[in-house]
Amino acid sequence: MAVQALDAARLPVDWAKLVQKLALATALFVVAYGVVPAYASGYLVEAILLPFLALSLAAVGLNLLTGYCGQLSLGSSAFMAVGAFGAYNFNLRVEGLPLAVTMILAGISAAGFGVVFGLPSLRLRGFYLAVSTLAAQFFVQWALTKFGWFSNDNPSGVISAPHLAVAGLSLDSATGRYLLSVTTVMVLTALVWRLVNSATGRNFIAVRDNETAARVIGVPVLRTKLLAFAISSFIIGIAGVLWAFTYLRTVEPAGFNLDRSFQILFIIIIGGLASIRGAFLGAAFIVVLPLFLSRLGAFLFGGLFDSGVLDMSQRIVLGAIIIIFLIAEPSGLSALFDRLKRRIGSRSS
Amino acid sequence: MIGASLGAAAYERASEISAILAVANPVGDRRLARLSSRPDVVLALSGIGISFGGVKALSDVDLEVEVGEIRAVIGPNGAGKSSLINIISGLYHADRGRIAIGGQSFSRVPASRLARLGVARTFQNLALFGGLSVRNNIACGRVHTRRASFVEHIAGLPRARSEDAGIAEKTDQIVAFLHLESVADRLVATLPYGLQKRVELARALVAEPKLLLLDEPMAGMTATEKAEMAGFVRAARDRHGVTIILIEHDIGVVMGLSDRVAVLDYGRKIADGTPAEVRADPAVIRAYIGTAEGENGEDIR
Ligand SMILES: Nc1ncnc2c1ncn2[C@@H]1O[C@H](COP(=O)(O)OP(=O)(O)O)[C@@H](O)[C@H]1O
Ligand SMILES: [Mg+2]
Repeated sequence: MAVQALDAARLPVDWAKLVQKLALATALFVVAYGVVPAYASGYLVEAILLPFLALSLAAVGLNLLTGYCGQLSLGSSAFMAVGAFGAYNFNLRVEGLPLAVTMILAGISAAGFGVVFGLPSLRLRGFYLAVSTLAAQFFVQWALTKFGWFSNDNPSGVISAPHLAVAGLSLDSATGRYLLSVTTVMVLTALVWRLVNSATGRNFIAVRDNETAARVIGVPVLRTKLLAFAISSFIIGIAGVLWAFTYLRTVEPAGFNLDRSFQILFIIIIGGLASIRGAFLGAAFIVVLPLFLSRLGAFLFGGLFDSGVLDMSQRIVLGAIIIIFLIAEPSGLSALFDRLKRRIGSRSS
Repeated sequence: MIGASLGAAAYERASEISAILAVANPVGDRRLARLSSRPDVVLALSGIGISFGGVKALSDVDLEVEVGEIRAVIGPNGAGKSSLINIISGLYHADRGRIAIGGQSFSRVPASRLARLGVARTFQNLALFGGLSVRNNIACGRVHTRRASFVEHIAGLPRARSEDAGIAEKTDQIVAFLHLESVADRLVATLPYGLQKRVELARALVAEPKLLLLDEPMAGMTATEKAEMAGFVRAARDRHGVTIILIEHDIGVVMGLSDRVAVLDYGRKIADGTPAEVRADPAVIRAYIGTAEGENGEDIR
């Protein structure tokens, strides 16, 4: 009886939520496929949206592993590199492979790689695990530089994006690359969203929050950790494809260095651990911050604010912001966002 | 956290080594074989010993637990009660002795198969999943029954959906049984301590275990909360027929609730019998009751 009454009371709330969600999704689609392609400038797409999308996807992937499953990794950049160079080689060496298949194969390569470098997680935790994932970082960069085969014998190991097309439709223009990127990111994010809200996602959280209790109730802890490494690396690998093919267009192994791994880790710390929305907020923040700083610097100091100073000031500001977030708001921008929404909500009602 | 888990791992390794060195004990083994073949014995321990560094936490402990009883294990702080539970659940490996669970005999219980062996437990210090809601914490207690893969979950295929539905139903039943409806959708970390203890009981009960190990389920509770919890423990046995090993400090609670009581002191079992027998035992009075007076207000956290 009491349960029924509760359900009845909950129903209208769910409807309101559903309508709100539907409206949000519609708005997202209209902006992503209507407003942006029609009105966004080439600069906005090339310098902001494309890196934002690739980094967001990489952060979604890392958040699965670190935010949800609690396994700290500094190997993201290596998994991106495996994805990028994998896609380049699948495309180069298999005649007529559709772009989607190329990307999936690249993702699978990164996933396999992630599982191998995730094996230490069965023994190591926290800081020690993070250090061991550095091995992935150094190994990949070494292998890609050492063996010319990966870059089709380019003397400096540089690869260039191939011609991009889906069903005969060329996607080489800025808008085309944007559409490829935004579609990939939306599809994969939707899948991740389903995953984290499923029993598998709850296993991730159980392993993160209390590994001993998880084991005793029957969560297959080892399998769960390796699965987190596999799925996370799959997604980060595809983010690497987007980074190389839609944003940079030409990329060398050194482009996937430790700095990039840290950048993605910072994105999920600033955005919010274990939050998909946080990955996007954090990525937006990281992409916009240097642009904002350079404008501000030029405005305040004029010509004195050159690219060297910009780089330096960016590092200092970023470092300070991360410390502030870790101390004052460990749940990141995502939690700030929620609080803001609640405040606005309570004011309007 | 890291330090603690590394420490535990080191102890696990140390006990692995000593398990290899452990000597065979034919008399104990025969006793265990006889006990574990009896259908009314859910759990039988024989000659269990474990030490940490120089500390002998348990030596030569025998214990059998019969179907449907509430079997209390009492003893002063540091007597080895938690170690005993940890050995039964496979988190510690005994240096010597054997454990028979439902007719299967082990020198080391495989912790990852514990749930499928029909054993569930709670922890002395809360071991909940802080990032999940109360309902999802409880639902995790049935994870050992799941078969669907992550792909089936993402795609929402029939097997995944029917598993979810079945588990949601069992979860709702336990939520109602333990009166957790009003907090079911809250993050478990936001609940007061007493309620978190109850959620842990719920997560263990939802697995529908044959044997339930409760490590100080009432520690740190107010008198009212204790009485409530005692009621739930009794109801779990009466209504669900689960056999229970109960570790508890509060002698009053134990005597009222349990069918048989084993008393540990410095890692040895010094008495075993009905509450009345144990209460009258001079060794118990000397070892436990005497010291318990002074420990009344203690908080195990
Ligand atoms: N993981 C461990 N590492 C080291 N010593 C331990 C460990 N677990 C238990 N002990 C020691 O074993 C003895 C018994 O502890 P425990 O089983 O927790 O007692 P109780 O639960 O009866 O209070 C204590 O001396 C304790 O310090
Ligand atoms: Mg204890």
